Amino acid sequence: MIAIIKYNAGNVQSVLHALQRMGVDAILTDDPAVISSASRVIVPGVGHAGSAMAYLRERRLDTLIAGLRQPVLGICLGLQLMCRHSEEGNTKCMDIFDTDIKLFQSPLLKVPQVGWNNIYDYKSSIFNELEEAAFVYTVHSYYAPLSDATIATTDYIIPYSSALQKENFYAVQFHPEKSGDVGETILKNFISI
Amino acid sequence: MLTKRIIPCLDIKEGRTVKGVNFENIRDAGDPVALAGLYAAQGADELVFLDITATIEKRKTLSALVNRIAHHINIPFTVGGGISTIDDVAMLLQNGADKISINTAAFMDPGLIKQLSNEFGTQCIVLAIDTKKEPDGEWYVYLNGGRTKTNSRAFDWAKQAVDNGVGEILLTSMNNDGTKAGFALDITATCAINLSVPVIASGGAGTMEHFKDVFQTGYADAALTASIFHFKEIEIPALKKYLQPFVNIRI
Repeated sequence: MIAIIKYNAGNVQSVLHALQRMGVDAILTDDPAVISSASRVIVPGVGHAGSAMAYLRERRLDTLIAGLRQPVLGICLGLQLMCRHSEEGNTKCMDIFDTDIKLFQSPLLKVPQVGWNNIYDYKSSIFNELEEAAFVYTVHSYYAPLSDATIATTDYIIPYSSALQKENFYAVQFHPEKSGDVGETILKNFISI
Repeated sequence: MLTKRIIPCLDIKEGRTVKGVNFENIRDAGDPVALAGLYAAQGADELVFLDITATIEKRKTLSALVNRIAHHINIPFTVGGGISTIDDVAMLLQNGADKISINTAAFMDPGLIKQLSNEFGTQCIVLAIDTKKEPDGEWYVYLNGGRTKTNSRAFDWAKQAVDNGVGEILLTSMNNDGTKAGFALDITATCAINLSVPVIASGGAGTMEHFKDVFQTGYADAALTASIFHFKEIEIPALKKYLQPFVNIRI
C-alpha cells in the first residue's frame, strides 16, 4: 500500500489517479498510523508552501515524514517542503534536504514555468530506462538550486534541481503523474526501489 | 529547454464531443475520453475540454466526465465553459481537472479571479478571452461566446486579470477563428511579450506554417486548435516534426 499525503489545497487526486491507472494500491490519507505503515509514501502538492507546512505541522506530519524509513517521494511543492526553507512566504520547511528554495527571477522568461521541459544528468535508479533529456511536465515559480543532493537537472533561467535524493528520500520538481509515459516510468521505478 | 505546447480543444455537450469527428482507429469518436486518449498518445502536450451544455444537469454530467478523463489521461487538462463560482471550480478540481478556464463570469465580477487564485493557486486559473479587432484597429473583449461586445480592450483586460492572479491567458481571435488563414499574430504578440504569464493562441490555424508563425512571430507559448485535428487535416506527430527545426518542441 502506498500512502499519498492528503493536503489542504490543490489537485492531490491526480497522483492517486496515476497510481490507479498503473494498477497500484494507494490511499490518500493524513492518518499518521496509515502513513507510518505504508510501504511507500508520496508527498504530492500544489499550493502555497506556507499554508501546506502549517497544515502538516498542525497534524505533526512534518516530523513524521522526516523520520520515515521507507522510500518517500516528494512531488512539486512536496519537493520544496522537504527542503530546509522556502522563499515562498518565508517558510521553514522539513529540512530533509540541506537546501533552500528560491523564487525564479528573470526579466525575460515567464514565471511560473509552465509546460514540458527536459531533465538530464540522471544520478538515480528512478530514471532507469529513460532516454537522456526526457520530457516532463512542470508548473512552478520556486526552485531548488543545484546541490550534492541533485539527481537530475533542468534548465530554466538557470540550471536547477529537477530531482533530489538523500538516503530513502526522493523528490521531483515536475509532475510525473502528468508526464505521460516518462512519468509513469519514473513512478514505476520509485515503486520498485 | 521549455517547449512550445500543442493543445487540441474538445467541445463537449452533455458528456459527448460535439463536432463531427472521423477517426477509424477509435471505436467511439463521440466519447471525449477515447478521443483525448488518442491525442495524448499522438503527442498532444495538454488538452482543453470546453463544455457547451446549457442545462441544470450540466454540473453533474461534467463532473462525472472530468473524473473519467482524470482516471484515463496522463497529461494535463483544462476544463472550461460556463464556470462562474468557487463551487464550480472546487468541484472540477476535486474531480481531477488540472486547470479551469473562466471567461464571462470573470469579466462580470473582477473579484472572482482574486478569490479563485487565493483559494486554488494561480497555476490552475486560465482566463479565456474572446477578442475581435474593430475598424478602429483595436482588439475588444467579447463575452457570452462572442455575442456581447464590451468597450474593454483585450490587452488591458488580460493585464488586469494577470495582476489579480490568473496563471495563463487563452486568447481567441474571433476575426481569425474558423478562417484557417492563420492566427492573429499582432494581439497574440502584444499579450505574449507584455504579460508575465503564458499565452495560448487560438483561432485561425489552417496550416503547419501557421503554428510556426504564431510561435516565432506571435511569441505564443502554446497554440490551441480544434477542427483541423478532429478532421485530420493536420496530425499532431507530423506537425511536431515540422516545427522541430524552428522552435523547441516535445517529440
